[in-house]
Amino acid sequence: MAQGVWTIAEQRNGEFRKITYEMISEGKRLADALGQELTVLLLGSNIKDKAADLGQYGADKVLVADDARLEPYTTDAYVSVIAELTKANEPAILLIGGSVQGKDLAGRLAARLDVGMAQDCTELLIDGGNLVAIRPIYAGKLYAKVTYENSFPQMATARPNVMAMNEPDSSKSAEVADASFTLDDGMLKTKVVNVDKDTSGKVDLTEADKIVSGGRGMKGADEFKILEDLADVIGASVGASRSAVDAGWREHTDQVGQTGKVVSPSLYIACGISGAIQHLAGMSTSKVIVAINKDEDAPIFQKADYGVVADLFDVVPALTEELKKIV
Amino acid sequence: MNIIVCLKQVPDTEAQIKIAGDAKSIVTDDIKWVMNPYDEFGVEEALKTKEKFGGEVTVIGLGPKRVTETIRTALAMGADKGILICDDAADGSDSIAVAKALAAAIKGMEYDLIFTGQRGVDDDLGVVGASVAEFLDIPQLSLIEDVEFAEDGKSVKVKRPVEGEVLTIESSLPVLITTQKGLNEPRYASLPGIMKAKKKPLDQKTLSDLGLDASDFGEGARKLKIVELLSPPARSAGKIIEGESPQEKAAELARLLHEEAKLL
Ligand SMILES: Cc1cc2nc3c(=O)[nH]c(=O)nc-3n(C[C@H](O)[C@H](O)[C@H](O)COP(=O)(O)OP(=O)(O)OC[C@H]3O[C@@H](n4cnc5c(N)ncnc54)[C@H](O)[C@@H]3O)c2cc1C
Ligand SMILES: Nc1ncnc2c1ncn2[C@@H]1O[C@H](COP(=O)(O)O)[C@@H](O)[C@H]1O
Repeated sequence: MAQGVWTIAEQRNGEFRKITYEMISEGKRLADALGQELTVLLLGSNIKDKAADLGQYGADKVLVADDARLEPYTTDAYVSVIAELTKANEPAILLIGGSVQGKDLAGRLAARLDVGMAQDCTELLIDGGNLVAIRPIYAGKLYAKVTYENSFPQMATARPNVMAMNEPDSSKSAEVADASFTLDDGMLKTKVVNVDKDTSGKVDLTEADKIVSGGRGMKGADEFKILEDLADVIGASVGASRSAVDAGWREHTDQVGQTGKVVSPSLYIACGISGAIQHLAGMSTSKVIVAINKDEDAPIFQKADYGVVADLFDVVPALTEELKKIV
Repeated sequence: MNIIVCLKQVPDTEAQIKIAGDAKSIVTDDIKWVMNPYDEFGVEEALKTKEKFGGEVTVIGLGPKRVTETIRTALAMGADKGILICDDAADGSDSIAVAKALAAAIKGMEYDLIFTGQRGVDDDLGVVGASVAEFLDIPQLSLIEDVEFAEDGKSVKVKRPVEGEVLTIESSLPVLITTQKGLNEPRYASLPGIMKAKKKPLDQKTLSDLGLDASDFGEGARKLKIVELLSPPARSAGKIIEGESPQEKAAELARLLHEEAKLL
């Protein structure tokens, strides 16, 4: 019988990403609810010495697949190794972080294992010994509650920034074992030939804890400087509405919404954004929403925890000054 | 180069989505159906690639009869032919089943490249592309914002943004690419294009035409079962910040974020 909860550690060059700790924390809660163990799969090159520490967040065991061909991530290599280990060990649940990498991996792995997979979940629970997943659909206009039928492992990815992260307990350490797997070069059809790092030091919107976003009300690319200044003071990343992106004021990767990035920060400050349904869809799981807009009838105010009806070019710089005194 | 684009028909992003009486599906009465916005990027990239290397662009969709309109839209943009997989037995299938049917239809064709959207803006799953690639045993390149072919058209180099990095990845062909915003600006169908589209071939196929067993499809074969659909947690309008001047409002907002929301 399928037994145990598995999750996959996401690392780059030996550094764990925050989503890894979120998934271990969530995976541990599911494992506890089942009265079973949490195993973390750690794939990479020369990575084993990092494994035991994952116990601090709740991993009982870490299974390490160490191979030069597992760094950097490629779909081919990861899917091949994880599918083999999953088939050999039959976990009941396989939980993957819903990062760009995690979603890519999960889609292909679900097909290889021929199982159901719930992408980008915001809530996971155990009911009657089985996984129940809740996930936004139509970019958050609705939620779907889903379960699995004749499908093991029960697979899900979880949205970044949503699952509560355990406080690390430095007295704990996980049991570490080497995974046995085969990796055939013939299966590796894609190759990462270059990695271009963003050196701005900004956290990607999908992972950002705070976001300051600007819309058509910003009037131009240069005017985003006032949002950058505010963002710098509070440690936020800068997003945009589609109008701002289509106007060429911001990169397309900054777009928040149904056809852009779906974000879940603890604070989302929308400046000069009207609150079109496609925009709201992408940020409605933010914990606190602030809207700054000069039109008191703008739909964004219906969703905002704090609304400021005023000209953003007056409010934003003043807010930046006020916050400098606080943070 | 022979290129295939998978098209999903989805509710217009403007649409208010309401839960139907069975609590498991949505009310479709007032919905305007459109091509999944990410698939428009796929059609555009396919047409651009064909313009450069020659070949043929085939678009393929699975769904009810109304999907014909989405296929015609792609033909009007410039695709050469369309395939509609239309079978009552496929209604309510989950993504893996949809991918099996699409792969079965594609298997018999000659192709170098397949485009799918990174995700449908309806169920937001993003599983079909990877699954089609798996069932055809070809590599996938997901969430691509730039595609560049080698001069001989035998390999491809793509750019894939991941959090904080942009990866350049090389792959042999055939390969499946999932699209995202930034890849291109999809063209509109021109009036002559719309006229021409009416005469372009559009084949309709059932599951049995593709050699598939209907019992592997539909609601009953789902591995991911919908228990119920729920309305999102209500978000109601909060406080409007009072103040005589923008400066006062800013100060009050800063105070509330610090003392009440405790975020800063
Ligand atoms: C298929 C499709 C997909 C889409 N996907 C997305 C998506 O992913 N993300 C997205 O954002 N949109 C998306 N849209 C577009 C969406 O419908 C809206 O057009 C867009 O979100 C509007 O952007 P905006 O709020 O910046 O601009 P507007 O709606 O023009 O609003 C500008 C706001 O700024 C305010 N303003 C102006 N000047 C000032 C000032 N000085 N001070 C304060 N306030 C000011 C105005 O009162 C107004 O409310 C999509 C549309 C379609 C059709
Ligand atoms: N029924 C379908 N017919 C054709 N293509 C589809 C269908 N469903 C999904 N796709 C393709 O797969 C992509 C991702 O969809 P999904 O996995 O459903 O989120 C879409 O953008 C389409 O390119």
